[in-house]
Amino acid sequence: MSVEIVTPIHLSHLRELESEAIFVLRETAAQFENPGLLFSGGKDSIVMAHLARKAFHPAKIPFPLVHVDTGHNFPETIAYRDQFVRDYEAHLVVGYVQDSIDRGTAVEETGPTASRNSIQTVTLLETIEKHGFDAMLGGGRRDEEKARAKERFFSHRDAFGQWEPKNQRPELWNIFNGRKAFGEHFRVFPLSNWTEMDVWQYIQAENIPLPNLYFSHPRRVFQRGRAWLDAETGFVSPQLDEVVEERIVRFRTIGDVTCTGAVDSIASSLDHIVAEVAAARQTERGTRADDQRSETAMEDRKREGYF
Amino acid sequence: MDLLRFSTCGSVDDGKSTLIGRLLYDSKNIFEDQLEAMETSSRKRGDEVVNLALLTDGLKAEREQGITIDVAYRYFATPRRKFIIADTPGHIQYTRNMVTGASTSQLAIVLIDARKGVIEQTRRHSYIVNLLRIGRVVLAVNKMDLVDFDEAVYRRIVAEYREFAAGLQNSMEITAIPLAALHGDNIVDASENMSWYGGPTLLEHLESVEVADGIDHEDARFPVQWVIRPQSPEHPDFRGYAGRIAGGRFRRGDRVTALPSGFSSVIKSIHTADGDLEEAFVPLSVALTLEDEIDISRGDMLVSSDNPPQHASEISAIICWFSEKKLLPRGKYYLRHTTREVQALVTALDYKVNINTLERLDEDVNFSFNDIGRIRIRTSAPLFFDAYGRNRQTGSFILIDAGTNETVAAGMIDG
Repeated sequence: MSVEIVTPIHLSHLRELESEAIFVLRETAAQFENPGLLFSGGKDSIVMAHLARKAFHPAKIPFPLVHVDTGHNFPETIAYRDQFVRDYEAHLVVGYVQDSIDRGTAVEETGPTASRNSIQTVTLLETIEKHGFDAMLGGGRRDEEKARAKERFFSHRDAFGQWEPKNQRPELWNIFNGRKAFGEHFRVFPLSNWTEMDVWQYIQAENIPLPNLYFSHPRRVFQRGRAWLDAETGFVSPQLDEVVEERIVRFRTIGDVTCTGAVDSIASSLDHIVAEVAAARQTERGTRADDQRSETAMEDRKREGYF
Repeated sequence: MDLLRFSTCGSVDDGKSTLIGRLLYDSKNIFEDQLEAMETSSRKRGDEVVNLALLTDGLKAEREQGITIDVAYRYFATPRRKFIIADTPGHIQYTRNMVTGASTSQLAIVLIDARKGVIEQTRRHSYIVNLLRIGRVVLAVNKMDLVDFDEAVYRRIVAEYREFAAGLQNSMEITAIPLAALHGDNIVDASENMSWYGGPTLLEHLESVEVADGIDHEDARFPVQWVIRPQSPEHPDFRGYAGRIAGGRFRRGDRVTALPSGFSSVIKSIHTADGDLEEAFVPLSVALTLEDEIDISRGDMLVSSDNPPQHASEISAIICWFSEKKLLPRGKYYLRHTTREVQALVTALDYKVNINTLERLDEDVNFSFNDIGRIRIRTSAPLFFDAYGRNRQTGSFILIDAGTNETVAAGMIDG
């Protein structure tokens, strides 16, 4: 029998990040009574679900996937979500922003740039309370945004779901303190140390299937700010001076249709995408209208309980 | 491509955030929209040039005050390496964040303002870096432009620092580099103003330096995080102990001992979702299955039967105290060590270190915010550990206040 000896000197950065994320996922399962994994159908949450499957293999993922549904979805995202749940016999919990609006706990924005992005927080906190989740796993990365760069792996939220960035628990070595009082919860970010490039290289290395939206395709879009917004789903309305045209585009991140912009791209395979990301001169959140509302838009939303 | 984790420490206004901003900018790791956002903010603040520090100061309070409050993590990559930077604040009151940033680092950049030389904060930061056993230090002598790029000034500072460092408890490899971060001298490109310096630029050094990770590659250690029991028709009897290897390597067929029970068995398989491995090592996350059914749960440790760790319920350790509330002798704390949590009673406060003079104070010892010193602890159940100097993972712990759930101390076990 031949034994393959692997030298420990230089583990590839992707293997090291994978191992770290699996460690954090297992800590979450072990330290909390009732965790949930936020699943939006975006690439980061797809990687998270993939890692969760690996972390507990050959058992099933021991917590549900939780989707906060704004109602403004790309159909491909929902199809992908449902297929994943079927393939891995995962449990799915959906919180609907529409329900919060109907209950009157969330008020819909009006006007041409109206988005349900910020009121997702209301639905998220209601979903956490309804199901008694004490930890929400998210795909947030520190490289995404300057406020996220200060985030812990295990991030404490008070009974109002608020983040207090100036008084965070120190996080040392790889020891995570998930202790909390009743009614408080944690947000846990296993991909903290990943960059956009790492996520794409990992998807490529692991050959993880993705919704077609990430690959170049013809789409009717119109320009707003520096992004191409979707004109096909009907969730965003072009203004008088905004001209709808068909272009070859793809999405670098996928969230709610109203604040996810496409980029011009002919990248039709993972190899092309990795090459494109390597050459990119804009961050992926550069096409996210939600971050551009003010200099501290992300910190403000996170303080209130956003993911 | 491998991964290098490093931290940066310096005092207020040493230009630490500028140095990081410059490193990212000159290595082309800053994106256009980030640069535009910085330009807008700089204009609003009335800065004459783009303030690269705004890249790392992410929180509202930090940008308002122009200081770094919390550890910020930054990422960049070159074709040779991927880097994770823990940018740690230099304020006296935020020493806990420095310890936090240093705890996961393999290398530290200690920043010095060439006009000021080695100051109290430099000593304090270096002491912490040394205490946390970061074996590689880059002495970044910054703002050389403000001393006319004078080699003599640089030489004097380096000599003074080396003399100071020689007196520290643990040995460190020191590489000194003269810089002018604001203008980019010796960050990525060699400085035209300091032809007398023949060494590598900061980035060249970071890309090529060999670092130890502070992890013991000999003594096999596997803290159990979670037991995988599918109990499904396909896997009726699978029982895998999930965890991340914290020391050494495990091979199929190795004899291992479970602690605290002391029962031993043989590794039947090293399971991963991608198939079984013949061998696994630090820092891989795997699941081990054993030939015999023995009772093992979270908090237990599987170790090589040939070289077990130490085993005690009384330990002595160096701690850094993080809480505004003083350490209460006889107070109730939880101690978390690897995946194990026990109750802890502080039985003695041996001494405290004055980190400005590095003197030990052993009379009327009490620990308040940011204090460092040695204590003794009794635990409600035994710990299995190695000396911190041998293994940073199995030699470290945190203390949690049982009343507030806050992490109040970081501890490093003697041995």
